[in-house]
Amino acid sequence: MPGLTGKDQVLTDYANKLAVLDAPKGRSLTQDALRRLSKNKAAVVSIGIVVLIILVAFIGPYFVPWGYSEVDWTSIRKPPDFDKGHYLGTDQNGRDMLARVLQGTQMSLIVAAVATVVSVTIGVVYGAVSGYFGGRVDSLMMRFVDVMYALPYILFVIILVVMFGRNPVLLFVGIGAIEWLTMARIVRGQTLSIKEKEFIEAARASGAKPFAIIMRHIVPNLSGPVVIYATLTIPEIIIAESFLSYLGLGVQEPQTSLGTLISAGAPVAEVLPWMLLGPAAVLVTLLLCLTYIGDGLRDALDPKDR
Amino acid sequence: MLAYAFRRVLSAIPIALIAVTVCFFILRLAPGGPFDGERALPPTVLANLRAHYNLDQPLIMQYFIYVGRLLQGDLGPSMVIDGFRVADLIRIGFPFTLTLALYAFVIATAIGIVAGIIAAVNQNKWPDYVLVLIVMIGVVIPNFLNAALLQLGFAVHLRWLPAGGWVSGSIAHLILPVTVLAWPHAARISRLMRGSMIEVLGSNYVRTARAKGLGERLVLARHAIKPALLPVVSYLGPGLSYLLTGSLAVEQIFGLPGIGKYFVTAALNRDYGIVLGTTILYMFIILALNLLVDLVYAWLDPKVRYR
Repeated sequence: MPGLTGKDQVLTDYANKLAVLDAPKGRSLTQDALRRLSKNKAAVVSIGIVVLIILVAFIGPYFVPWGYSEVDWTSIRKPPDFDKGHYLGTDQNGRDMLARVLQGTQMSLIVAAVATVVSVTIGVVYGAVSGYFGGRVDSLMMRFVDVMYALPYILFVIILVVMFGRNPVLLFVGIGAIEWLTMARIVRGQTLSIKEKEFIEAARASGAKPFAIIMRHIVPNLSGPVVIYATLTIPEIIIAESFLSYLGLGVQEPQTSLGTLISAGAPVAEVLPWMLLGPAAVLVTLLLCLTYIGDGLRDALDPKDR
Repeated sequence: MLAYAFRRVLSAIPIALIAVTVCFFILRLAPGGPFDGERALPPTVLANLRAHYNLDQPLIMQYFIYVGRLLQGDLGPSMVIDGFRVADLIRIGFPFTLTLALYAFVIATAIGIVAGIIAAVNQNKWPDYVLVLIVMIGVVIPNFLNAALLQLGFAVHLRWLPAGGWVSGSIAHLILPVTVLAWPHAARISRLMRGSMIEVLGSNYVRTARAKGLGERLVLARHAIKPALLPVVSYLGPGLSYLLTGSLAVEQIFGLPGIGKYFVTAALNRDYGIVLGTTILYMFIILALNLLVDLVYAWLDPKVRYR
């Protein structure tokens, strides 16, 4: 007969109470990091601004009355004019600066995204393979990275662009193909310590192939440094792209990028200041925000400073 | 120490050789050549030109000829300007590039270290915030934009300084280029210095020094600054090579007669000779600087030697 001693009653009450109360939740490392990041005001504001810039760059053109290559013959080299819809003025060819700045921002963002994906992918796979296999493979692969490091970066990009033509796709790939070196070194260092952990040994004991171990067990554990480094790579790539465009080696007319716009605006900035100030403001804001986000992520994910 | 130095120098040689090989083949395998002008050259002229520069030989032979000459210290001829050699370009342009980079290097290092110390000592007070902001600007604004804004301010509006160009021996023409070149370098150094200084100021031996009654100045001068300089020292080598390549861009922007101007023109004209020669020269400089840093580090820190 249940309930004779009242013990069951007490236990049932206790079980009900537990069910009503929230079970104590564990916090994952990611949640921890996100919480720390959300306390960093500069980083949060920067994320907001970057999202805003991305949205405006991609949606904005649909609301701008002029196309980026459309010529308005009635207003050439004119300062901002709200009646005609030239909110940032026009350039020497009568093209609307706002439309061009939006298109240029789009182009710079696309270049940065593609080049970052390329460099992160190459860097992570290369570094993980090198670190995991170790020994002779490792020293050979890292020697190659040393060689690439010795090549002067700017010269190399200029050579690539000049030799292989001014194709934007090649521009993305070329810049990405050079930026992966540091990523590979960081990933290799991390892999060297991760591969000694028990779960890798367990995977190996259960018969997983090296490639599966690298992809399924090592790479996911690298996400922290990879995210930080990728965020810091984006501004570097935007600068590289805009510098190439500044030299006239990047994106070609009528398409444009922030660097192209700045190089067109700089020589005439004395008489037509709106041609320099618009693109320059967007570029500086973007780079500043991305750098703050990168620093914020590093502080949030770096276990040393906890 | 000597054995370590010997080992390091030996291991740099294959790296240099492989890098030369990579450069050579990338340039040669790319489509287009130095003689693709607007107007096609007569076939016999083209054949003679190609024979003159050994371009008619198999690629692998060209490679051995090139490396053979390189070992004798000959960086090769220009393929567009007749009778002009990479050695001439280096004689004309390199002293200028080096001067620009060294000015920027000395000024930026000095300013960076002092700014880092000031920021660290005043951590989270207004001098720190002001310096961090200036540093951030230096890191974030690309050099060509910085150059454009400085030219606009100091050359066009204030008319204090020339906007570009070069008059031999004129300091005024160097101020803006050196500023543009030095700013990011100073910013990186002061960041490093601030970080390591804050760490050192929190260490036990600094507390001991304060506890035995040393004034703050003496603590800094005798105990804190030297150990805090270590990360800065290790950045100086890469920093100088960064300034040397960065100088190419600044020369291009300000129209200064260093190597940079010739390099970009040569790349556009597909002048293999100049492009390859310049790239290899820079590569050797970077390798030499890295080697130097490694050796200095081994000298400072005996643990490195026996790894």
